[in-house]
Amino acid sequence: MSLTTDLSQTAAGPATAKGARKHSRDSRTASQVPRRRSRQRRERLFQWLFLVPAVVYMALFFGYPVVKNVVMSFQDYTTSTFFTGEAPWVGLANYVTVLSSSLFSTSLLNTALFTLGSILGQFVIGLALAIFFQRKFPLNGILRSLLLLPWLLPLIVSSAVWRWILDKDSGALNRFLGDLGIIDTGIPWLTSTSLALIAVVGVNIWIGIPFNLTILYGGLQEIPDELYEAGSLDGATGWRAFRHITWPMLRPVVSVVLVLGVVYTLKVLDIILGLTNGGPANSTQTIATQSYALSFHEFKFGEGAALGNVLVIISLVFAVFYLRASRRAVDE
Amino acid sequence: MKSLQRTRPLALAVTALIGVPLIVSGCGTSPTASSSEAVKEISVMDYYNNEPDKSFIGDALAACGTQAGVTIKRETVPGKSLISKVLQQSSSKTLPDVLMLDNPDLQQIAATGALAPLADFKISTDNFAEGVLSAGSYKDKVYGLAPTVNTIALFYNKDILAKAGVTPPATWDELKAAATKLTAGDQYGLAFNANPTYEGTWQFLPVMWSNGGDEKKIDTRETEQALQLWTDLVKDGSVSSSALNWTQADVKDQFLAGKAAMMVNGPWQIPALDKQPSLQYGVVKIPVREAGQTAVAPLGGEVWTVPQTGNKARQAKAAEVVACLNSDEQQLAMAKVRNTIPSKTTLADKFAGENPKLATFTELIKTARARTGQLGDQWPAQATKIYTAIQTALTGNASPADALKQAQGQ
Repeated sequence: MSLTTDLSQTAAGPATAKGARKHSRDSRTASQVPRRRSRQRRERLFQWLFLVPAVVYMALFFGYPVVKNVVMSFQDYTTSTFFTGEAPWVGLANYVTVLSSSLFSTSLLNTALFTLGSILGQFVIGLALAIFFQRKFPLNGILRSLLLLPWLLPLIVSSAVWRWILDKDSGALNRFLGDLGIIDTGIPWLTSTSLALIAVVGVNIWIGIPFNLTILYGGLQEIPDELYEAGSLDGATGWRAFRHITWPMLRPVVSVVLVLGVVYTLKVLDIILGLTNGGPANSTQTIATQSYALSFHEFKFGEGAALGNVLVIISLVFAVFYLRASRRAVDE
Repeated sequence: MKSLQRTRPLALAVTALIGVPLIVSGCGTSPTASSSEAVKEISVMDYYNNEPDKSFIGDALAACGTQAGVTIKRETVPGKSLISKVLQQSSSKTLPDVLMLDNPDLQQIAATGALAPLADFKISTDNFAEGVLSAGSYKDKVYGLAPTVNTIALFYNKDILAKAGVTPPATWDELKAAATKLTAGDQYGLAFNANPTYEGTWQFLPVMWSNGGDEKKIDTRETEQALQLWTDLVKDGSVSSSALNWTQADVKDQFLAGKAAMMVNGPWQIPALDKQPSLQYGVVKIPVREAGQTAVAPLGGEVWTVPQTGNKARQAKAAEVVACLNSDEQQLAMAKVRNTIPSKTTLADKFAGENPKLATFTELIKTARARTGQLGDQWPAQATKIYTAIQTALTGNASPADALKQAQGQ
C-alpha cells in the first residue's frame, strides 16, 4: 500500500513542478530558477532511492524466479542441465505435451472444484463465526484464539493428523460415526474416487477458516455501532441489519478475502500431497500437484515449469481483481 | 594518511569480491593438492538422518576414514530432499567427495556426468550380485556400489495363521485362499501398499516380474494377470482399500496391530517388529502364479558414489572410502546391525546361516532385479505409469487390462 502512495507522489511530482516552474518564470528572476530546479531534482532522486531496496528485492526474489520459470518452460530442462548448464530450446513443445495430456482436463477440473469448494466453505463458515464472535459473551477471547489453531499448525502436521482421522478402518471419524450407529462399515474417505476430493476440500476448509475469521472479524470491528443503533430505530435488526448495513460496509474486505483466498488455494500443494498424493487414480490431482510431480518426481523440469506457468496465468487473472479491489478500498 | 584509511575498506572489499570466487573455485575445480598426503578431510553426504541407521553408517564411515587416513565431514539430509540438494550442488560445483544415492536415482545423476566411473579408481566389482551391479551401472559403467541391499517379501503372523490352520502361501491361488480365510472382523488377510508413488510400484513389481511382466511395455497379458491378482484381493475385501493410500510404514503398523495377518514389506521393518515380543512372525517369498516360477524381487538399497569434483587427490581418497565401505568386513558388519543383506554373493550363504531371520531375503537377493536395469533414466516416467494403472484398476475405474492400456498410452 505504501508503495502505491510513493509511486503516486512521484508520479504527481513532475506535474506540480512544471506548474510551479511556469509560475516562477513570470514572477522571479532567471537566476533563481536553476537552483530551485536542482533542489527539486535532488529531492526526486531521493524519492526514487527509497524505492531501490523494494525494487531490488522484488526483482531478486519474485522477478528472477518468474522469468526463470518462463525461460525453463521453453527448454528441454533435465537433471543433466544442472551439471552441464545445457538446456536446448524446444519452443512450445512442453506446453503442447502438458496441455494435450489426458491428465490435464482432470487436473483443471479438480483445481476448479477444489478452489471453489474451499473458498465457499471457508468464507461462509468464517463469516458466520466472525459475526457470532461480535457478541459479547464469556470466554469469547479464548474461544477465538483457539479457533486460530489450524492456522498455526504446520500444514504437513495437519495433513498427517487428518490422514489418520479419515482412515477407513481405524480412523477417528469412522469410529465416531460407527459408535453413533450412523454407519456399519467404514467410509473410504481418502480411497474412494468419488469421496477423496470432498474430503480434501473439507480439510482445506478447516485450515482456511481462521484466515477468513480473522480478516472478516477485523472488518466487522470497523463498522461503527451508531449505524446499527440508527438502523434499529428504523426497524433494521437481525437479517435486515446484516443485508443493509453489515454486508455493504464489509464489501471491500470481502473482495480482498475472496481474491486472496482464491490465489492461495489455487496453489495448495502440501495438504493434497500429505492426504492423498493426488490419488486415488488421480481423483485429487490438481495443476499444482501435477506440476510438482512432473518436476520433482519425473525430473521433467521443462514440463513442470510449463504447467506451473499455466497456474500463474490463472492466478494473475485473480491478482488483477485483487489489485483493483484493494485500490478501490484504499480510495474509499 | 587519512585518505589511505578511507580507501582501505573499499580495497579490502574489492579484494574479497575478486578473491573469494578464486579461492572457492580453487577448492572445487582445480587440482591444487597434487599429493594424496595433502588430503586430510573428506566430505560425505547421505540420507540416513534417523537413528539407528545414522549411527551405524556414521561408525562405518569413521572406520573407513581412519583406514584411508582422513577425517570424515558428514552431512545427513532428509531422504526427500537429497536429489534436489544434489542437483543444486552439481550446478554450483560443490558436490561432496562421497555421495550416497538411492539406487533408482543413480541413473538420473550419472546421466548428468556428475559422477566418476568407479573403474577410474580400480575399485573391484568382483562377486557382487548381478542386480546390484546393474543398479549401480549407467551405460555399462559402474558408478555406484551398495555395501548392503534389501528387497521385499511376505511377512506372516505365525499365531494367526496357526489358529486358522493356514500354511504360508507359495502360489497366487494359495495366497487368495489364505487371505480370504484370514479375513475376519476388523482383521484383514493381507496388507500391501498401492499408493500413487514409486512405493506403490515397488510393491507391485514382485508379482509383475515373477509372472514375466515387462516394465518397458506394461499392457501385456503377464502384467495384466498380476494386476488382476492385486485387484481381486482388494475387491473381495481381503485387503483393505486403504492400501490405495497407505505407505509401507502404515502397512507395518497394521501388521503390528494384528489388523493384517500377512503383509508385503522389507527387512528394515524387522527392528520395529522385534520390539513387540508377543508377535511371532515368519517370512516367505512373495507367491508366484504357478509353482515352478522363479520369484523375482526388486532390489532396494543405497549406492555410494564418487562425484566429479575435479580434485584428483580428493577423489582418490573418496574412492578409498567407497572401496572400504564395500569390503567384505564392512558389508557383513553393516548388514548385521542394519538388517540388510550383503551385496556380494560370496558372503550370502554364511550370512544367511548366521542370521536366519534374513534367510529369505538373502535368497531373494541372488535373483533380485534393479528397477533401472532395463530403462535407465527412463524409469521414473514408466514407474509413474505403473502406479497410475494400479490405482485405476484398484478403484474399479477400469479393468486391469484397460487400466494398463490407458497408462501405457499416456
